[in-house]
Amino acid sequence: MPRIYVGNGISTAINWLLAHLSGLFDAIATVTSHLVNWVGGAFSLPVWAMIVIFAIWAFLASGPGLAVFTVLAFLLIDSMRLWTQTMQTLGVVVVAALIATLIGVPLGVWAARRPLVGTITRPVLDFMQTLPVFVYLIPAVFFFGIGAVPGVVATMIFAIPPAVRLTELGIRQVDRETVEAAEAFGSTPSQILRQVQLPLALPSIMAGINQVIMLALSMVVVAGLVGAAGLGSTVVRSVTQLDVAGGFEGGIAVVILAIYLDRLTAALAAPRRRAPTRLRPETAPPVSDSPQSATLAMAAVASQPAAEPTASK
Amino acid sequence: MIRGTALFKVFGEPAPQALQMAQAGASRQEVLAATGCTVGVSDVSFEVERGELFVVMGLSGSGKSTLVRLINRLIPPTTGIMEIEGRDIAAMSQPELRTLRNRKLAMVFQHFALFPHRTVLENAAYGLRVRNEPAARASERAEWALAEVGLRDRGSAYPDELSGGMKQRVGLARALATDADVLLMDEPFSALDPLIRREVQDLLLKLQAELHKTIVFITHDLNEAMRLGDRILLMKDGRVVQQGTGPEILSAPADDYVSKFVADVDRTRVLTAENVMSEPRLVATLEERPEDLLRRLGQHEANAAYVLNGQRRIIGVAVDEQLAAAAQRGESSLSPGSFIDDYLTTTPGQPLIGLCSLVGRHAVPLAVVDDGGRMVGVVPRATLLAALAGSAQGESAESEMAHA
Repeated sequence: MPRIYVGNGISTAINWLLAHLSGLFDAIATVTSHLVNWVGGAFSLPVWAMIVIFAIWAFLASGPGLAVFTVLAFLLIDSMRLWTQTMQTLGVVVVAALIATLIGVPLGVWAARRPLVGTITRPVLDFMQTLPVFVYLIPAVFFFGIGAVPGVVATMIFAIPPAVRLTELGIRQVDRETVEAAEAFGSTPSQILRQVQLPLALPSIMAGINQVIMLALSMVVVAGLVGAAGLGSTVVRSVTQLDVAGGFEGGIAVVILAIYLDRLTAALAAPRRRAPTRLRPETAPPVSDSPQSATLAMAAVASQPAAEPTASK
Repeated sequence: MIRGTALFKVFGEPAPQALQMAQAGASRQEVLAATGCTVGVSDVSFEVERGELFVVMGLSGSGKSTLVRLINRLIPPTTGIMEIEGRDIAAMSQPELRTLRNRKLAMVFQHFALFPHRTVLENAAYGLRVRNEPAARASERAEWALAEVGLRDRGSAYPDELSGGMKQRVGLARALATDADVLLMDEPFSALDPLIRREVQDLLLKLQAELHKTIVFITHDLNEAMRLGDRILLMKDGRVVQQGTGPEILSAPADDYVSKFVADVDRTRVLTAENVMSEPRLVATLEERPEDLLRRLGQHEANAAYVLNGQRRIIGVAVDEQLAAAAQRGESSLSPGSFIDDYLTTTPGQPLIGLCSLVGRHAVPLAVVDDGGRMVGVVPRATLLAALAGSAQGESAESEMAHA
């Protein structure tokens, strides 16, 4: 069996991309780093203010239990003197998850409606999900240098698959007769998507977003290897210095963040019922762009028709 | 109102070859074996009049659900013409087709197909919201529709809080709210248990009497078909087996398949006096001489006969004893004073089940009289029993019905 130089081929391809599309990569880098700074800025309020905001979200999404946990857990992070790193990590996770959702959910919708797209995306997603995560970092550094941007990009690629898969699954699982009913009453394809398929697929889509965030969080620590500031670099430094205490403190902060984000998004994913209202006027899908509610904004992006606040008359 | 001409629907590839086979008259099994294609609907032509309740009946897999979807083009036919009010819907653009579906053709589904994330009221208003009607007007109209189906107070509930029968009422309200002329109902009551089914059937008949929609109703239950349908189209393996009114199909099944089907039907509720009645073999007029009538009674081995006037109205029943007495007195015509009124009448539309207690109680058969009181026929006890049994002895009566 002759040696097939697969790796060389990929390396050549990446060199070619670097030579010919560097402008594109610079643009992506600029946009991404702005986004990270912007979100990071939003998370740089005083500690007590951030904790209050986190607790309010927890209370609204889940209830008093999660709110109490949130306050205590984030106070612990502050007392471990890891607050800044935690917020940096949160910023990278939010940006990566946001981009992954914005790419993954529409792709999932497309795949659900066009079997061919589904057939093509499936092996690509398998590849993206199973390739060891460190491998992404190498070309990411080539393209975007050192820092938060390659971390975000590698994290995002790693985190896209569940958004696509669970969106596709959710839309496919919507009862055929229900979709047919919408069609039989003269709905346009986009009305069917917005008014029937997306709202009914919402629990599945939200479960996908939950997975996206969890994967992003697991990846973001690895991203510390390429110099992304945050808990990742804390952990990486502890590993190189064999600092057990520092390593565990960084690790515990990651766990707290993971539990908080998981419970928050899982609560949003659980199907809930709107309070009975009269008919709502159909409005254009709102684009939620408040940086304060970046996580919630992701939810809103995926769930416009159902999750938009009901404007009752 | 709705006309389908030579409709074929082939699922799968290669469709053209399968279509040719089907057009040449090959059965569904033959086409499937030769090409791997399933023929959903094969050479179906039908016409539904405005205001008619047209039932398409067949077992599962007979193509009836496909057929109803050809009407609003949820499934496009492979060949054939589907016309709504004279317009070929294949020629319509997508927006035109959507407008047609929204305004003209409302649909009710077997498993209700309500939107679980919307309230009952929002569900009922769905068609109106699709056409961008203002929320207030849509609500008002939806509330009217809910009131029509008896769910006035449940507007703010969600579908999963309702029972099956109530869900289908919402489905019906959603269809009524759009004010469409045509209701396409795809096995709407099949998923309901028998008592509830009966209830919503009655509701449908009540609404139909009030609103005069054109309804295409799909069912696999022949009793339901007979109960609701003005006319019935019977399908098997994608083809039409028979088309006609319920009594027509019952009395003259087109083939063995239909016969087996109708064997299960409760004939006593479908067939009416009109379907089984025959010409009275023996009637008299006032002018007849008693001894002549007496002789005719003897010939027919009867002991009494109806006496009719010139308008065929019943004057009374002449009995052999009185006739014998009159003959002895030498009377030359029948005298009304000697008649008895030991007889019963019914109307042509009376179902057989209502006749069972009336026949065989008197010397003369049960008389069938029209609105003007004129005798149109009689139902002898033997005829009724024969019709109930559906046996060959009922042949004479049944051939009567076939002409009816």
